[in-house]
Amino acid sequence: MDAIILQILNGLDKGSAYALIALGLTLIFGTLGVVNFAHGALFMIGAFCAVTVQKLVTLSFEEVDPTRTDFLGNPLKVQMPYVDALFGPSAGEFLINWSVPLAIVLAIPVMLVVGITMERGLIKHFYKRPHAEQILVTFGLAIVLQEIVRYFFGANPIPTGAPSAFAGPMDIGAILGFTPGTVIYPYWRFVYFIFSAIVIGGVFAFLQFTTFGMVVRAGMNDRETVGLLGINIDRRFTIMFGIAAVVAGMAGVMYAPILSPNFHMGMDFLVLSFVVVVVGGMGSLPGAVAAGFLLGILQSFASMNEVKSLIPGIDQVIIYLVAIIVLLTRPRGLMGRRGVMEE
Amino acid sequence: MLGLSRKDTGFLIAVICLTLATPIFLQPFPETSSLAQFNAGYPDLMQRFAIYGIFVMGFNILFGLTGYLSFGHAAFLGVGSYSVVWMYKLLDYNVLPGLVLAVIMSGIFALFIGFVSLRRSGIYFSILTLAFAQMSYNLAYSVFTPLTNGETGLQVYLNDPQVLMSEGAPTSPHLFGLVMNESAKVAVGDWIFTFNVGYYFTAIIAILVFYLSLRIFRSPFGMILRAIKTNRNRLNYAGINTKPYMLTAFVISGMYAGLAGGLLAAMDPLTGAQRMQWTASGEVVLMAILGGAGTMMGPILGAGFIKYFENIFSKINESVLHQWFGWMPDGVQDFVIGVVSPFVGEGWHLTLGLLFMVVVIFLPGGIVQGALLVVGMFRRRNGHDGPKKQESASSAAQPAE
Amino acid sequence: MSERTTGVTRRRVLKGAAAGAIGAGLFPTILTRPASAYTNEPTGSTVKLGFNVPQTGPYAAEGLDELRAQELAVQHLNGEGDGGMLNTFSSKVLKGNGILGKKVEFVSGDTATNSDVARASARSMIEKDGVVMVNGGSSSGVAVAVQGLCQEAGIIFMAGLTHSNDTTGKDRKANGFRHFFNAYMSGAALAPVLKTAYGADRRAYHLTADYTWGWTQQESLVASTEGIGWETVNTVLTPVGAGDFSAYITPVLQSGADVLVLNHYGADMVNSLTQAVQFGLRDKQVNGKQFEIVVPLYSELMAEGAGDNIKGVFGSMNWNWQLTDDGTKAFVKSFGEKYGRPPSNSAHTCYVQTLLYADAAERAGTFNPCGIAEALEGFEFDGMGNGPTLYRAEDHQCFKDVLVMKGKDNPSNQFDILEFVEVTPVEQVTYAPNHPMFGGDEATLGTCNPGA
Repeated sequence: MDAIILQILNGLDKGSAYALIALGLTLIFGTLGVVNFAHGALFMIGAFCAVTVQKLVTLSFEEVDPTRTDFLGNPLKVQMPYVDALFGPSAGEFLINWSVPLAIVLAIPVMLVVGITMERGLIKHFYKRPHAEQILVTFGLAIVLQEIVRYFFGANPIPTGAPSAFAGPMDIGAILGFTPGTVIYPYWRFVYFIFSAIVIGGVFAFLQFTTFGMVVRAGMNDRETVGLLGINIDRRFTIMFGIAAVVAGMAGVMYAPILSPNFHMGMDFLVLSFVVVVVGGMGSLPGAVAAGFLLGILQSFASMNEVKSLIPGIDQVIIYLVAIIVLLTRPRGLMGRRGVMEE
Repeated sequence: MLGLSRKDTGFLIAVICLTLATPIFLQPFPETSSLAQFNAGYPDLMQRFAIYGIFVMGFNILFGLTGYLSFGHAAFLGVGSYSVVWMYKLLDYNVLPGLVLAVIMSGIFALFIGFVSLRRSGIYFSILTLAFAQMSYNLAYSVFTPLTNGETGLQVYLNDPQVLMSEGAPTSPHLFGLVMNESAKVAVGDWIFTFNVGYYFTAIIAILVFYLSLRIFRSPFGMILRAIKTNRNRLNYAGINTKPYMLTAFVISGMYAGLAGGLLAAMDPLTGAQRMQWTASGEVVLMAILGGAGTMMGPILGAGFIKYFENIFSKINESVLHQWFGWMPDGVQDFVIGVVSPFVGEGWHLTLGLLFMVVVIFLPGGIVQGALLVVGMFRRRNGHDGPKKQESASSAAQPAE
Repeated sequence: MSERTTGVTRRRVLKGAAAGAIGAGLFPTILTRPASAYTNEPTGSTVKLGFNVPQTGPYAAEGLDELRAQELAVQHLNGEGDGGMLNTFSSKVLKGNGILGKKVEFVSGDTATNSDVARASARSMIEKDGVVMVNGGSSSGVAVAVQGLCQEAGIIFMAGLTHSNDTTGKDRKANGFRHFFNAYMSGAALAPVLKTAYGADRRAYHLTADYTWGWTQQESLVASTEGIGWETVNTVLTPVGAGDFSAYITPVLQSGADVLVLNHYGADMVNSLTQAVQFGLRDKQVNGKQFEIVVPLYSELMAEGAGDNIKGVFGSMNWNWQLTDDGTKAFVKSFGEKYGRPPSNSAHTCYVQTLLYADAAERAGTFNPCGIAEALEGFEFDGMGNGPTLYRAEDHQCFKDVLVMKGKDNPSNQFDILEFVEVTPVEQVTYAPNHPMFGGDEATLGTCNPGA
């Protein structure tokens, strides 16, 4: 029982990341009809927002401490962060410690700008062109974006810590009434799950309850009619692209403490996210979210030793196996609409 | 000749000449010049040109003709490589049994994957092929370790059975005694040309399969595949069942990939699961698009282009740049190097990505379309027809759309 | 480069061109072999070495440090800088004027921690750049693959960071040499220390990187810990570069194990250790004992990446910059002054390997790989940081003391992360060349191949 709960938790957490990326992909596809292969890169840029903030708050000047020596026997040069000098040690310490949550503040405007620039500068010109070309040009863009990040941040993963308050494990077992110490789960992963639930809820609420969202939904169903009613649907779709970028970016920022960001993490997630989107059904927002969590949890269960001893190697292939089965039995994915992307 | 039109015969002859002379014209700079860096006439790279040329030719039969975008062709590449290495381990270092097995095995694989994946079209087809390839990759990595030797890579050990191995037989891949990694170096002045057995072996196979794919492109079968791309429904309404045609194209395409994979192992007797990863599948897509999918020559040019970038551009590091720009005044030199260095060496991916975007945005027909544009401009300006060769190239070029 | 083409008369050119032209056709049997005695015989005033290291992928951090050390080694060989270990090396034939009077140049390549890429990179070094030796290869999978390639091509392979038993075990090659220690040695050195620290009644759970190094390290560690009375609860293989190991770590909590052995390296080890700590493993009490984590193969770069999580964790190393012998001091000084940080143990190994190659070439008086192999086989030396060391002739493995290390509780500066627990004497980690873990009696070096 404990083991099952733990694996569900593990799955929720991986599923959160898949769901957030898949949600953004589907938003873009549903509104603009564009398949965005650069979406993984947006996730990666988000994670590097966290890295950047961490680097900014730890920007330091050198101070020589004559009482200590470095490895060559010279007086030790101590790195003094500017924030400590500016705001005093305790505030500085606080900023450094909370750099990842703080990065959200930076990530929202950055991702909005990146997203809207991408749409206006590049994607706009591809609305009328075949899906294959959309995939290819965004794939090229993804390569360019990740190489730019690599140029500035290097090829190695950069450890980015969670705030120390959330760094340790929490005893979920004790909260749920099991024997204490049996179901232990890292705080930050739990935070990540809650965070993604809020973001997903927020996106749905935005689409459901605001006029803007209503127009966008109407536009997703019938773009022409909405246009004929005199509504500038293009501008709203552009903003939706920005929002999708923000969702991917925030998913990346918060994921940084779980997996040290590296330049190719976007590509790694992209392939799986595409499988998620297709399993969920192209163009279906609830489908994307459901499939994200479903695949995340299935993958965790497949990693259990008991399952692996029954079917060796299942943990490696489960996602793809499920994708194949779903696509063969439900041609449009779990919740897809007819005639989408079948060319 | 050989069932080809006169234009195509000329085209084929041009390709044969170019392929056979590759070791010479890829070595344009004398060894002493600082531009020798850009020479590509060494066996490993030339072999790769030919092998990836075969790979992308096969991919082009599927994608270029029918428009079905497979994201899992690397699986067949891997199957081909494993087949060849297993034949080394069981029989001996003769490449022939392995290559035959590689084509058969990849054909069987393609038949199965194609049969299932072709039940869907569009992006669903792409994802299905991707899923199969990734499954093969992950399994080769883990459960099938006894067959594939996992991450370490499959290789020949001294205690392998090698039942056909006779005393004194070559201990590296060969074709009936003709050792693949044997080369002759010919020095002409400051130029050194390397003529390698392995390269000519792959090149001759490449020419044969090029002829085959030329025939396919020009055949009624090829016409039907093109028709599927234009409008599959109309074919269905006309009473033509497209599925067998698609499946045949998929299997042929998979066998090309298997042959290419087999040749990779025939040149270098070791293989790893990485060859099956989706990035390898993505690479062949890039090659086809960059060169011009659907044309005969385009994808092959694309393959050469990417392999050249990967092997030559990636080697240009800062010390080389300093050598080149050393004649400039210091400040200017640092500035120029600062501007150039992100795009070369490790940054070759960046250049490739940018180039790729430019091609997709402005030249959906790839390099071939660009070349035709240039030729067109040239003709208009001069007011007379260009040489015969360009004509045949243009006849072969069918725009991707 | 031009020297290779000396004495080309018009007549010979014509003959060559004719032969080439026919060879280019259909009669490759008449191809002529090149005139040199061995592959890439250097004929000019320079000699080229190839440094093939991972610059991307999970082991990139190690690779970049190796590259720094190799550049330093080339400088020292050419008489630039302060000479580093050349001053302390017991063999005194290297004079700082290159190797055999030829100036040393190098080319570098990226293995991407991937056998296929590494082979391609090494082939281009051999065929295009004409290197006489390839040095490097973090990751045993890559090292084994490139070693095989160098054997076929007929050049020397000096293995860098490769810790699998197979490199000098069942995959040993006559043209390949390894200075680094191996998994068996780690097991032999660690077991007594673990017994003293954690007792003889422990239950171990292994998470293992799924390739040759992981397999042999797991085999060695299972054997040596079971030798001190421990029980092995489970061994689980994890893919290299998995990133998120949480799905593999959670079952450990339920397994009843009280020690987790992480047979991971590089970024993988940083991730798995960090995640194991995040899951609260080290705060747990199991079977009435404190839960412990062991990382059999340590590196200071990994320790840096893992930060506080490394404190108190046992592991073994080939060498550490905090040693106090003259060789170590000289090397740390020149490396530290050039790059502003102490060298890692993989950097040390690659530096030493470059020097050892140069020394062997100098003593043999040739770059012929067979001459060099002969000079290295059975070579005993000192002053390279590890104390007296033997390059064993039977399997081309170096034998020297092994360091058992522990994550330091109170580091005094950012590089002061590890502390010595024990220097295990070489006798304790020595094994027979036909040890079953090293391919048994079937494993042979084969014969040296000079190529060409």
